[in-house]
Amino acid sequence: MTQIFHHSFNTISRVSIFGAVFMAATLAWVGDRIHRSPYMTQADVVRAQPVPFSHKHHVQGLGLDCRYCHTTVEESAFAGIPPTKTCMTCHSQLFSDADILAPVRESYQSDRSLEWTRVHDLPDFAYFDHSVHLAKGIGCVSCHGRVDEMPLMWRENSLNMDWCLDCHRDPGAHVRPKERVFDMDWFPAERRDDLVEEYEIESLTSCSTCHR
Amino acid sequence: MKFRNSLLTYCGYASTTEANAGSKVRAGLLSLQSGSSAGLLFLLTLLGLSSCRQDMHDQPRYEAFEGSSFFADGRSVRPSIAGTIARGHLNEDKHLHTGRIGSELADSYPFAIDHAVLERGRQRYSIFCTPCHGEAGFGDGMIVERGFRRPPSLHEQRLREAPPGYIFDVITNGFGVMYDYADRIAPKDRWAIAAYIEALQLSQYADLNDAPADWRTRLNTQQETGMGVSK
Ligand code: HEC
Ligand code: HEC
Ligand code: HEC
Ligand code: HEC
Ligand code: HEC
Ligand code: HEC
Repeated sequence: MTQIFHHSFNTISRVSIFGAVFMAATLAWVGDRIHRSPYMTQADVVRAQPVPFSHKHHVQGLGLDCRYCHTTVEESAFAGIPPTKTCMTCHSQLFSDADILAPVRESYQSDRSLEWTRVHDLPDFAYFDHSVHLAKGIGCVSCHGRVDEMPLMWRENSLNMDWCLDCHRDPGAHVRPKERVFDMDWFPAERRDDLVEEYEIESLTSCSTCHR
Repeated sequence: MKFRNSLLTYCGYASTTEANAGSKVRAGLLSLQSGSSAGLLFLLTLLGLSSCRQDMHDQPRYEAFEGSSFFADGRSVRPSIAGTIARGHLNEDKHLHTGRIGSELADSYPFAIDHAVLERGRQRYSIFCTPCHGEAGFGDGMIVERGFRRPPSLHEQRLREAPPGYIFDVITNGFGVMYDYADRIAPKDRWAIAAYIEALQLSQYADLNDAPADWRTRLNTQQETGMGVSK
């Protein structure tokens, strides 16, 4: 009886069985990369806003403190988005007839809120709280990047679970003195494990910390 | 809401058809004739189910400040009905909450002013007031440089003589083109700012003899070595 398969098929079959493992792994890896790519996480994507509000001009240019607008960031889970009145404390006088600010004036006169497009939005099953992070010495810049250099807002980090956990496992690499929390251009020169002790920071990695 | 309801009914619908399909499949296995069509139905239902999930990413509840299509003003944050008082907001202490004693602007603070209060005042002042009034209160802030009306210097004789209740009142109700800051600065912090401004005013007219003894020698040596007075 003649052989159906050529002798070389022995090797080919072995290689392909072996190769399949790699193929599967590569596929999984590519899938994971795509899942974490800015395309999927929408990090680095600049959002259009009803008014082209620039943190670069207002924070870096004018030296405004985050808390002038995001008033509740120290006390509550939610950082707060400024009401139109906050803009009007200055723009009632400055650029008071610029077209670019027409929606702001319109909103102030008609008492209808400006509808900002959300840039950061965790899924509803994850719990996040600003106040605890600030109280334990984590700076805005560690999570939001150089906001003072953003002409329009984008998301600097993926906000994926592994990103949260990277820091929760090793807070010493990210913590800074409390008086530096709002500084955009200050970075600790070295690990501050002394602060982890001083602020009594725990490494919170149990699921119920964030999924409650 | 409407969309969600329809989504839920769709889910409910899909799961009942699945149950039907299940029994049909079993029936189909028994009678070979209807087997292929039941199988097709089963696959179609599965396909339908795969697009049917309760979206846990965006649950049917409002997040802070989320817009609402239900209320006429488009806000999910509801204003409290006139006359309601939130727990802990009875504001019984008129001195603390209005800056007045009787109808007169208060000339005293409603709580003791210590170092911590002044520090808090300094911090709040630099967040909310420096953009216009400047770090030292001369009215030379960044926003003024960009063309905002120049506020009077806080070191004017008139403002140096004004009672702390006056500063509290300006923050609470605004003054001229300056908007009020009542919604952004809590009453206690307004008093802290008033106290800090008083300290600022004092600093511009202070005599060396006003400083405590241990500071006097430090300031003296700094003067001799030509160093500026640091805080
Ligand atoms: C003059 C007011 C103002 C100041 C000062 C300000 N912000 Fe904002 N911020 C806004 C407004 C308005 C928005 C909403 C529009 C947008 O996303 O650009 C916003 C949005 C944001 C967002 C994105 C919110 C979202 O949609 O997820 C972040 C993060 C943020 N600010 C951080 C900061 C930080 C950090 C600082 C201080 C360095 C700061 N902001 C100072 C007004 C301000
Ligand atoms: C503390 C004062 C102040 C506040 C509060 C403020 N702005 Fe401005 N804004 C300015 C000044 C000053 C400029 C001019 C910027 C410059 O010259 O660099 C400006 C410029 C702008 C411009 C013109 C484009 C640009 O970026 O230069 C827009 C749009 C704008 N502001 C929107 C807003 C909105 C929206 C808010 C409310 C969330 C707001 N501003 C709050 C002071 C303020
Ligand atoms: C530990 C990381 C972290 C730090 C530190 C942090 N943020 Fe955020 N911020 C987030 C996350 C995550 C969200 C999205 C929250 C959500 O969707 O519920 C967010 C959302 C926001 C928003 C949108 C409104 C909201 O609360 O959802 C603003 C504004 C904001 N941050 C400003 C700030 C400012 C200002 C600081 C510094 C004082 C700061 N953040 C510090 C992680 C951080
Ligand atoms: C740069 C560091 C850092 C990042 C990034 C970070 N965290 Fe945290 N987180 C901390 C620290 C530090 C604490 C305080 C731990 C303690 O209480 O000792 C904390 C505490 C918390 C708590 C506990 C709050 C409480 O009331 O017990 C929650 C919830 C939380 N983080 C959620 C998140 C989520 C969700 C993310 C990702 C979106 C995140 N964190 C990203 C540093 C970080
Ligand atoms: C530090 C906060 C934090 C902790 C601790 C945490 N998670 Fe998460 N988790 C998140 C965040 C934030 C997300 C959302 C990420 C995203 O944007 O998709 C998430 C997403 C998930 C998802 C994905 C859901 C989906 O539909 O994509 C699962 C599953 C999950 N977490 C399970 C767990 C389990 C199990 C644990 C405990 C071992 C845990 N998490 C601990 C913050 C946390
Ligand atoms: C956006 C700029 C701006 C900011 C921010 C601001 N002010 Fe003013 N302030 C003014 C201007 C302008 C005047 C003069 C108003 C006028 O004459 O119409 C003024 C006037 C005053 C006066 C003097 C009233 C009088 O009798 O002449 C006091 C006191 C004062 N401000 C306190 C404060 C305090 C305290 C803060 C911080 C909580 C603050 N201001 C923040 C612009 C500002």
